[in-house]
Amino acid sequence: MKIHEYQAKEIFAKYGVPIPPGRVARTPEEVKTIAQEVGKPVVVKAQVHVGGRGKAGGIKVGNTPEEARSHAEKILGMDIKGLIVHEVLVEEAADIKEEYYLGITTDRAARRNIVMVSAAGGIDIEEVAATDPEKIARLHIDPAIGLQDFQIRQLAFEARLPAAAVRGIGPFLKALSKVYADYDCSLAEINPLVLTGAGTLIAADAKINIDDNALFRHPDLAQYQEAQEDDPIEAEAHKRGLTYVRLDGDIGIIGNGAGLVMTTLDVVQREGGRPANFLDIGGGAKAEVVTKAIDTVLLDKNVKGIFFNIFGGITRGDEVAKGMLEAIGTMDITVPIVVRLTGTRAAEGLQLLEGSALTPAATMQEGAQKIVSLVNAA
Amino acid sequence: MSGGIWRNENSMSILINKQTKLLVQGVTGREGEFHTRAMLDYGTNVVAGVTPGKGGQLIEHGDETVPVFNTVKEAVEMTGADTTVIFVPPPFGADAIFEAVDAGINGIVCITEGIPIQDMMKCYRFLREQDGWMIGPNCPGLITPGECKIGIMPGDIFSPGEIGIVSRSGTLTYEIVDELTRAGLGQSTCVGIGGDPIIGSSFVDCLQWFEADAATRAVVLSGEIGGNDEEKAAEFIQTMSKPVVGFIAGKTAPPGKRMGHAGAIVSGSAGTAQAKIEALQDAGAHVAELPNQVPDLIRQALSRN
Repeated sequence: MKIHEYQAKEIFAKYGVPIPPGRVARTPEEVKTIAQEVGKPVVVKAQVHVGGRGKAGGIKVGNTPEEARSHAEKILGMDIKGLIVHEVLVEEAADIKEEYYLGITTDRAARRNIVMVSAAGGIDIEEVAATDPEKIARLHIDPAIGLQDFQIRQLAFEARLPAAAVRGIGPFLKALSKVYADYDCSLAEINPLVLTGAGTLIAADAKINIDDNALFRHPDLAQYQEAQEDDPIEAEAHKRGLTYVRLDGDIGIIGNGAGLVMTTLDVVQREGGRPANFLDIGGGAKAEVVTKAIDTVLLDKNVKGIFFNIFGGITRGDEVAKGMLEAIGTMDITVPIVVRLTGTRAAEGLQLLEGSALTPAATMQEGAQKIVSLVNAA
Repeated sequence: MSGGIWRNENSMSILINKQTKLLVQGVTGREGEFHTRAMLDYGTNVVAGVTPGKGGQLIEHGDETVPVFNTVKEAVEMTGADTTVIFVPPPFGADAIFEAVDAGINGIVCITEGIPIQDMMKCYRFLREQDGWMIGPNCPGLITPGECKIGIMPGDIFSPGEIGIVSRSGTLTYEIVDELTRAGLGQSTCVGIGGDPIIGSSFVDCLQWFEADAATRAVVLSGEIGGNDEEKAAEFIQTMSKPVVGFIAGKTAPPGKRMGHAGAIVSGSAGTAQAKIEALQDAGAHVAELPNQVPDLIRQALSRN
């Protein structure tokens, strides 16, 4: 789960990390009021779950409350990479002398969390990582002992931070690793960590992603939960508990298991078709999940046919067939549906489907060929 | 896990066989009980179950009776269980793994999907220093056809033979196994290593075991987009004497889209299907474009070897 910058800053503030004074606003008038309270130039920052906000024009400095208000008018309602801005963070604009990067994320190859520090922080850190990877100091955290002081010193010196920052960075990294562990993060970043003209350090931006599997032990984060998908069908599918990804073709794909569904996309494409989506009904799906899956795929008006590819293990073929029949019986389905059903209770399932309008296929490849020719003939 | 690898001298397979004494953690849950019965039907030697608070109950299935204990320690003491399969809900997954290791269990198969990643990091760190092995979490389990099935896969598609299979995905493995079985190519052991970012045994671990297993003549590796486990496997394949046939799912998945498994996400060029296919081919593996090409590639590889 992603949370907004202002929410991440609320969490960091609880751990003693200095952040610029300010707060979140939903209207230009509120922005002006906050700017007046701050009494100094402010930065107005779009709060959307996507990177590159600044480059998209979603972050502006207002030197006066009136200027802040006028920026907010443009930023609120703005479309950034498909996401509409509903909130802006208004806070004192930091007096930036230098910008550093601090981050922790999961390194699955090492099966540990990795800490990264760079003196070249700011909006181009991803470019730095690609072109000058040696400018980013990194080390892994041993899950048995956590981040140690010597590691913090090592990171600070290896990143070639100036002397003032080497001393000051400790509390920031400690807070970052504590937040990371306490909130089950998959990513926690302070970027930039700003060294101000006055020689103090302040977290000018913050980012936190939470491991979805761990949300059960963070009921306090429920207030931050909101639709994360920019695509309306993906959002609806998520609400229905389905794993759905929208693609740009015209053949709806439904199957069980991520690997099998991905392979089905590959095979359909190989046969000359264009998949409209990825939909994994998961393991052990009941009939109503199958019905919901068909309905979801058909929300995409580009869909001209559906290919069902089920290899029953924990999923039962007769349950899948019942769900399909329910869908045909209750929905007005005008597109062809090809069904490949094998594995657990497949014979029972196929028997149920006999006499229905569905086109059976014995193998994945045969099914792909059939749906492609049916869609092309339509 | 890099610790000692348990292998029975009489075994014609890796990790599990007829002698395996299996414990089921979460045995009275809906999934746990259902699959305990399915494993008994397959012939797996299920000796005990554990559900805290349900000790003393019996799970009766045909002629067989599986006693339920409150703790793994008690179950091991009373039955000599050496391997466990875990079906507990995700919040209790790490605890179940720790409890099994503490009780002296040597082999762990964790089916549970949705264990927090920080929990698995701690587990992996702990397990690394123990003897034994773990498969999963978020996996279908493993099977030595005709001898022992631990997990949730449909037993009837497998047949005993000489082909080892290691895969990140459940149903895709069934697809490939089905093709092999119908082509008359049986399997020594099939391992579903799981789709989570942090898993007990990697492709490389399993390839090492298959390389050392006298009963395995060739290996099928079924991977998917995301991560770099397949690339690491390719490095190891270069050192193997046995032929490997690969298959990679997700060739047409668009970058940056998450396809279900936490692992199946591509960012940038790292972890793409093309990069993985090339790494495997450079290592001398034969890569199938479709699952139904796997049997022919295995036959060709075996005739050359």
